[in-house]
Amino acid sequence: MTVPVTELESHVTAPPGEEPDDSGVQKVAGRSPTQLALARFRKDKLSMAAFCVVALYVATALVAPILVKTGVLDPLTLHQDLLDVNMGGIPKGSFGGISADHWLGVEPGTGRDVLSRLVYGITWSLFIALSATFVAMGIGTVLGIISGFSGGFTDSVIGRAIDLTLSFPSTMMLLALSGVAVAFMTGTLQVPAGDVANALYVILVLGFFGWPGIARIVRGQVLSIREREFVDAARLLGASRGRLYFKEILPNLWAPLLVYFTLMMPAFISAEAALSYLQVGVKPPTPTLGNILTDSINYSVADFVFFFTPAFLIMIIVVSFNLLGDGLRDALDPKTHR
Amino acid sequence: MTAYIIRRMFTGIIMLIVMSMVTFLLFFSSPVNPEDFACGKNCSPALKAQTKKALGYDEPVTTQWVKFAKGVFVGRDFPDDPALKESAPETIAECPAPCLGYSRTTNSTVTEQIKEAWPISLSLAITAFFMWMIGGIVFGVIAALRRGSIIDRGIVGASLVFYAFPTFFIGLFLYKFLAIKWEIVKIPEYVPISEGGVSVWFQGLLLPAFTLSLVYMAGYVRMTRAFVLESMGEDYLRTAKSKGLAPRKVLYKHSMRAALTPLVTMAGLDLAGLMGGAIITEQVFNYPGLGKLAVTATRNFDLPLVVGIVLVLAAVVIVANLVVDLLYAVIDPRVRVG
Repeated sequence: MTVPVTELESHVTAPPGEEPDDSGVQKVAGRSPTQLALARFRKDKLSMAAFCVVALYVATALVAPILVKTGVLDPLTLHQDLLDVNMGGIPKGSFGGISADHWLGVEPGTGRDVLSRLVYGITWSLFIALSATFVAMGIGTVLGIISGFSGGFTDSVIGRAIDLTLSFPSTMMLLALSGVAVAFMTGTLQVPAGDVANALYVILVLGFFGWPGIARIVRGQVLSIREREFVDAARLLGASRGRLYFKEILPNLWAPLLVYFTLMMPAFISAEAALSYLQVGVKPPTPTLGNILTDSINYSVADFVFFFTPAFLIMIIVVSFNLLGDGLRDALDPKTHR
Repeated sequence: MTAYIIRRMFTGIIMLIVMSMVTFLLFFSSPVNPEDFACGKNCSPALKAQTKKALGYDEPVTTQWVKFAKGVFVGRDFPDDPALKESAPETIAECPAPCLGYSRTTNSTVTEQIKEAWPISLSLAITAFFMWMIGGIVFGVIAALRRGSIIDRGIVGASLVFYAFPTFFIGLFLYKFLAIKWEIVKIPEYVPISEGGVSVWFQGLLLPAFTLSLVYMAGYVRMTRAFVLESMGEDYLRTAKSKGLAPRKVLYKHSMRAALTPLVTMAGLDLAGLMGGAIITEQVFNYPGLGKLAVTATRNFDLPLVVGIVLVLAAVVIVANLVVDLLYAVIDPRVRVG
């Protein structure tokens, strides 16, 4: 094991900028596992870079709606005057009509500002992926804890439910159910039609087909956690089931859940894009990274910049999230090595 | 072993039954009236009622399910009306034994349509499977042997980047640039082996299979790399090296065997999932396989066809699960099934 040695070294040699203690003796302070993990994570340059990119995306996603409200970004206005009618609606000028007003050019056919659409599209894409991840993790964590803690009949019922969900061809179901389910939501449940219903559908169904993986991992962890003394102690003190599940066991699961979260986000961002391509989910003019890319397909050769940028943005965020997840796993569990 | 197989098959059958029930409930007790779509536009109420009766939608979902299940084994007629069969046999659509339903939009049985599309999806799945397995294992082993070098980072990084681009972007890029604009590759088109021979068949498959393989390759590169590295730390490998075995032999005979066993599970399940058609890839390359059939069926609200495809795919996954488990027990002598 090399890890403890490096930990020790980083302890002994103080960073040059740090002032020595009054006594001149190195202060030996115990560090919590979280602090150790954080220190390991900070040393990992690639993961830190990935973290910064993810943070940038999240910041963009948060700021974009404000910028749209204040009129800095304008994802919806059509600029027909910037399009070359003789060329079939391709933007005038080179590289997709890049100009001082439109930094990434305008959309062929409609003339909407590409940069505004992409920035606002990040908001929608991240929002959908995040919500779907929460749905999947919510269901998966609760069922995983119950399954692992209860054992016996409950455990095997949940186990079968996991198998069943996993054997459904999920992409096919997402596609096949879309018409039926959206009609059900707007009709029976009175969900406003349009973006809300379409986004909600993607979120719920991605979430629903995403939970089994988490449930399995959580169950595995809970099987060992439930044997620990503090659980026995809590039970002896008369803790309720709910307290045992969510106050005693859940806090011990945050590390695997965090890692799973960072690996599930990119999967759902990709899934949103793929579903947009199949005409499922939020529809234009409301932008998501997926439906911007889908819109750009017809212009792939004529306006390559417009075709490439949304795909590139998706690629960057997916790669960053994956690297971040790997980095977190390495940091949180010193036994793994890449 | 026999007892294990029987038990697994039994649970598999139960799963299939439950799955078909869930699917039926999802699709046929929905607020969308399937007969509206089966009947088409400009449909009079009388004609609608007739279609509803002909397809059996006037009956409760449970009865519909029982009839469906019976139809799978003995076949059935649409409409199921012996009196009508006597008087006007031409109005009856026969659906022989494995009957999965009748599609009104195409006026043929679901079984027939699936039979027609399946070889195409199967060709695509198997070709892609070989591409990503060979690519994944070769690159994975190279990366593991050159651990930490530029080659290692390049391989792992490139596979992640290709994985992170949306599939339909990569597919369309290859299609529109390599095949259409630059004419480097033949425009992909499915030609059965019986018609054009293996070479023409393969040429038509090249781009779609390659696109599909890129999606999976990243995972296999990383898995192979991780397992080879892990096995290199094992004691028996040190023994093999220290007794003077040639490095090549150590790699192929000892390290690879242990490293590749876990891949069997993943490979089997991925292949099974793909047999049901790669929805996105088939859509991109306009390949008339099961995936494309499902997309078309969904767009037309052809529910019997959708349900048929979903169930066939689920059955493939369940069977593949069983096969993989058994295969695993054969390959890995440490696995002893009860």
